[in-house]
Amino acid sequence: MKETQYIFSPDSLVASEPNKFDASKLKSEEMIINLGPQHPSTHGVLRLEVLSDGEIIKDIVPHIGYLHRCFEKHAESLPFNQIIPFVDRMDYLAAMNSEHAYAMGVERMLGITNQIPKRVEYIRVLVAELNRIASHLIAVGTFGLDLGAFTPFFWIMRDREHILRLLEWASGARMLYNYIWVGGLFYDLPVGFEQRCREFITYFKPKVIELEQLLVDNKIFIDRTANIGVLPLNLAINSGATGPMLRGSGLRFDLRKVDGYSVYPELDFDIPIGEGKMGATGDCWDRTWVRVREIHESLHIMQQCIDKLEGEHKRTREFDPQAVVPKKIRPQAQEIYVRAENPKGELGFYFRTDGKSDIPFRCKVRACSFVNLSILPELCKGVLIADLIAILGSIDIVLGEVDR
Amino acid sequence: MDNARLIELVLSVAGTAEEVKNTTPLSLSIDASALILVCEQLHKNPETYFDMLTCVTGVDNGPEANTMEVIYQLYSIPFNHSLMLKVILPRENPEIESVTSIWKSADWLEREVFDMFGIVFKNHPDLRRILMPADWNGYPLRKDYKHEETYRGIKID
Repeated sequence: MKETQYIFSPDSLVASEPNKFDASKLKSEEMIINLGPQHPSTHGVLRLEVLSDGEIIKDIVPHIGYLHRCFEKHAESLPFNQIIPFVDRMDYLAAMNSEHAYAMGVERMLGITNQIPKRVEYIRVLVAELNRIASHLIAVGTFGLDLGAFTPFFWIMRDREHILRLLEWASGARMLYNYIWVGGLFYDLPVGFEQRCREFITYFKPKVIELEQLLVDNKIFIDRTANIGVLPLNLAINSGATGPMLRGSGLRFDLRKVDGYSVYPELDFDIPIGEGKMGATGDCWDRTWVRVREIHESLHIMQQCIDKLEGEHKRTREFDPQAVVPKKIRPQAQEIYVRAENPKGELGFYFRTDGKSDIPFRCKVRACSFVNLSILPELCKGVLIADLIAILGSIDIVLGEVDR
Repeated sequence: MDNARLIELVLSVAGTAEEVKNTTPLSLSIDASALILVCEQLHKNPETYFDMLTCVTGVDNGPEANTMEVIYQLYSIPFNHSLMLKVILPRENPEIESVTSIWKSADWLEREVFDMFGIVFKNHPDLRRILMPADWNGYPLRKDYKHEETYRGIKID
């Protein structure tokens, strides 16, 4: 190891990530407050430069890129199947959902979407919905933590552990699975998985209601979130918000219904939207409420998937989850934009292939956290600093996906 | 609205619009000078109403082709219709008008394209690097990009 890892000089900090606001040009009542990048309430390595007048925020500039791992550059030199582990590491709280979106995109390019066995599709949806619940649990629990509610965080971590163990049983990894492959799955579900999922659903249903009663319906929680960070629908659409952000503002828009990809058209589920029950539509409370309702819907979807996996598409000795996995992934020259509903919003992949090689010419990720975070400055004009933490928590970002 | 009508509409505003082959969704290549006019029309026209700009992508075609592309993914929620708008730019001093006045989501998406490709978006409210450090040299996603050996004493490998 080298003796000096980093040549420190005070100037280099200023040069690499300079403030947008000039301290010498501020008015006498204004000040710049720096939040992060190592602050627990920023949910990772997000740095916020806040221009404030006392407690009131006048403007806010997010500085991101601290977790930039060059996904798009790496993808330009990797075969399609080897990109999947990198996809996991973007939104590491919902890796199954990202894998699902990615695999779907490549399958669409190869034109094998219709050949995927139904059992594979149902397993994909089952594990993706499990992961969606885990992601929403983290979103709701850490949001409570930001606002000072400590107990729900332990509860969600306890319940999330069950999900992680289930997924570990299926794939061998707790968070970064590499389970969904292009054209199939790494492995069939382990024997007894369906039964354990049922047990989990039976165990978990009352726990969600408990969580709802403890946190979402809590008087203090409502006081901290209702009418805070109201995102009007037209602004939400114009600034590209998707997922619970958009649904919280009152639009019934879910890509699982709109695009109807995978086997979602065969499944019955509702799209919860924010109704402004505790304040204006589109406030922090609505967004959290939408997430909790979506957990219920995901459980409902899981139930149907398990029914199918134990009935119509049950395990057989001949079933090979890798039957359609192509030996060589070389799509024809084309451009494609594929999108899917992640827990945090619309995850999009833009691919360009030249038809001559196994690697994409360009692979761009439309990250939902990235676009959702860009609304933060709009939401935070004129609010208190304590509310900034509430608004940021309700957006539910994962910095791994913001920076990629 | 079907694709033929969409092409007709873009053609009437842009003057030239070429359909790109083998794309999903439909992709139209237009002149850089017509971008703002076309976008405004697509955004406001009650027939199209593309109210969401989901993604802005930069593509570098490499030094041989000597062109760069900016690709806009538009989506219309009420009509459930998608469109890929493509603008081809020269590789030296690529410049294009920003669409932030029409869609707010363009703000960070365009900053990312600027950061990775060095494509300058004119009239952008706040064009700074977003993911890379402000004093980084070069634009990493260009095909001929060569990364530096060290950054402030840290070896890059």
